[in-house]
Amino acid sequence: MTPAVSVTDLRKVYEGGVEALKGVTLTVEEGDFFALLGPNGAGKTTLIGILTSLVTKTAGHASVFGVDIDQDRSLAKTYIGLVPQEFNFNIFEKVIDIVTTQAGYYGIPRAEALPKAEALLKDLGLWDKRNQPSQRLSGGMKRRLMIARGLVHKPRLLILDEPTAGVDVEMRHGMWDFLRKLNQNGTTIILTTHYLEEAEALCRNIAIINQGAVIVNESMQGLLQSGGHAKLEQIYLDLIKQETKSS
Amino acid sequence: MTLQKIWIAYYTMLRNEMVRIVRIWSQTLLPPVITSSLYFIVFGAFIGSQITPISGFSYMQFIVPGLIMMSVITSSYSNTVSTFYFAKWTRTLDEILVSPMPNWVVVVGFVSGGVMRGLLVGALVLGVSLFFTHLAIFNVGILVAAIVLTSVLFSLGGLINGVFAKGFDGISIVPTFVLTPLTYLGGIFYSVEALPPFWQQVSLFNPIIYMVNAFRYGFLGITDIPLWQCFAVLLILLIVFVFVLLWLFRRGIGVKN
Repeated sequence: MTPAVSVTDLRKVYEGGVEALKGVTLTVEEGDFFALLGPNGAGKTTLIGILTSLVTKTAGHASVFGVDIDQDRSLAKTYIGLVPQEFNFNIFEKVIDIVTTQAGYYGIPRAEALPKAEALLKDLGLWDKRNQPSQRLSGGMKRRLMIARGLVHKPRLLILDEPTAGVDVEMRHGMWDFLRKLNQNGTTIILTTHYLEEAEALCRNIAIINQGAVIVNESMQGLLQSGGHAKLEQIYLDLIKQETKSS
Repeated sequence: MTLQKIWIAYYTMLRNEMVRIVRIWSQTLLPPVITSSLYFIVFGAFIGSQITPISGFSYMQFIVPGLIMMSVITSSYSNTVSTFYFAKWTRTLDEILVSPMPNWVVVVGFVSGGVMRGLLVGALVLGVSLFFTHLAIFNVGILVAAIVLTSVLFSLGGLINGVFAKGFDGISIVPTFVLTPLTYLGGIFYSVEALPPFWQQVSLFNPIIYMVNAFRYGFLGITDIPLWQCFAVLLILLIVFVFVLLWLFRRGIGVKN
């Protein structure tokens, strides 16, 4: 089966010489729920940025469902839905318009986008707020709005960059259920999060990036077993400590 | 993307921009109308009444095309520079960049917003000018070509500025220190032929002279510069700006990290 994401020797050096990615190679299989973890500044957002064309890579290859992002960037992008870390929608725009506008950018006519937006907003508990400007939403609602926006074109791969940051426990669990269902229905999900219990509860495979390099890439179960069934958080902390010492 | 999808994506960008322009009309449409009205009153009615006709036209009639053009230039430029920079600053630009829209559609989408605002403002200023003077149209084709091409050119210029801008200062430096002087010295208020020979030659380096003269020809049938030169300058600049922008977007300069 063609992997959902395949990156080989991916490098990124920012202006000023900061090396954000130092030859990252990893694969995410289709249908996977994949955790991409690492401390702040490890290179996770840069990697996501390269896949979604928000960041230009310095070297290496990346493909999405077998489509090389350099060969057919436009096609590769149709497969991806992105839920970024920071709120990046127009705060004056209505909730429904934010979702349908995004659909429009993917070439979906408004008449076709409206029922899709309705279904997503209902699933995510935002339908009552559809005519409100997004600035009036709470933090948790804004996060869910970004998920709705990222899904409106029915992507095969959903990339979630810290989707539950600042979201209360109850709402977070609601989002987990939603994402589990989405994954069961065939959407491949890549999740970056600093809530490690979230990654442990949701993801089947995991990669940990530290200082621009992959230090772990295996199944969640395998990692937990190798750590003597300790909590992911403890294993993660030990690994990062070891890596920092050795570098 | 298929052509139909590209059209939908483009229309989405344009629709968004039109909604924004109309929603904040007091910032986008009203100021140039008020400024132009003041020009009509002060320069056209008060001072202009004491100035002898130019090529058979009253001073008011002479300056109206230039003032319309000035509003169009300023509005087109400021629309793209501010919209693009604001989208970059708030990261709403990412919504567009992650989509499969080709770069050229993104450029055309932003530029179309600038052109729409420029032409809307131009039409409003033209409407106001009719309260002050009678205007006949000499050649509607030249008139439309001059205003549309100029609006496209300055929308492209604004977008280039927006791409390079790294702060709010960056979006105001060019309009304040480059665009405004060039516009005021662009033959709006005077005929180039009235200048001493040396300054006539210097004026030819100002691209706005060519646009104002082409547009004035469309209204009054008079121009200081041969019409073909006016359109040649417009088209050359336009092609250069298009290539510069496509190159910037392709390389991601000022657009991506």
